[in-house]
Amino acid sequence: MSILTVVLNIVVIVLISFGVFFFAAGTVGFLRFPDFYSRMHATGKCDTLGVVLSCAGIALYALHDGLSLGNILVSLKIMFIAVFWFLGGPTATHALLNSAFNSGILPWTKDGKAIIEWPPK
Amino acid sequence: MDNFFLAIALVLSFLVLICLYRAVFGPTVIDRIISVGVVGTKTLIVLLLMGFIYKRMDMFVDISLLYAILSFIGALIFAKYFVRKGVL
Repeated sequence: MSILTVVLNIVVIVLISFGVFFFAAGTVGFLRFPDFYSRMHATGKCDTLGVVLSCAGIALYALHDGLSLGNILVSLKIMFIAVFWFLGGPTATHALLNSAFNSGILPWTKDGKAIIEWPPK
Repeated sequence: MDNFFLAIALVLSFLVLICLYRAVFGPTVIDRIISVGVVGTKTLIVLLLMGFIYKRMDMFVDISLLYAILSFIGALIFAKYFVRKGVL
């Protein structure tokens, strides 16, 4: 276990644990928030960051047994997944929110009065 | 390190189970759609970790890449379908 492998393992463990922490935060937000929009707000952001951090850790560990061409290509693909989800996650969230708002779901308010008049003139 | 990946995969699967609560008891239809999206995101990471556990990373990377793209397209199709049909 050369020093490089130990350092790589520590960095991978830290990255993936942060990724799982943000997944857990997104799940807690997803369950506790009262309304669709706030749930989407929680999961959209936390899952995207969780995916990016976990994919960074996994891409690093994919290089752990030497820098052969195969390993480099595999970790490049993993980083592509991370970048793709970093762009795609919020886009999908926006599409869902847009369709929900256009089909008439009003944001939750504490006293129940609608703060936006619907349908918009 | 394999035990660490196995532990992380188990934690993520447990989080998926918690998200399924909203899928079953979610008051509105669109809550169920988000839970599908959230479960899909976690499954993506579990797939990548399975690649390490089974020592076949080059196969599982392609599977998870496809899974990410399909999950993203699925969310877009959900969004477009529900606006036109007005099911919500």
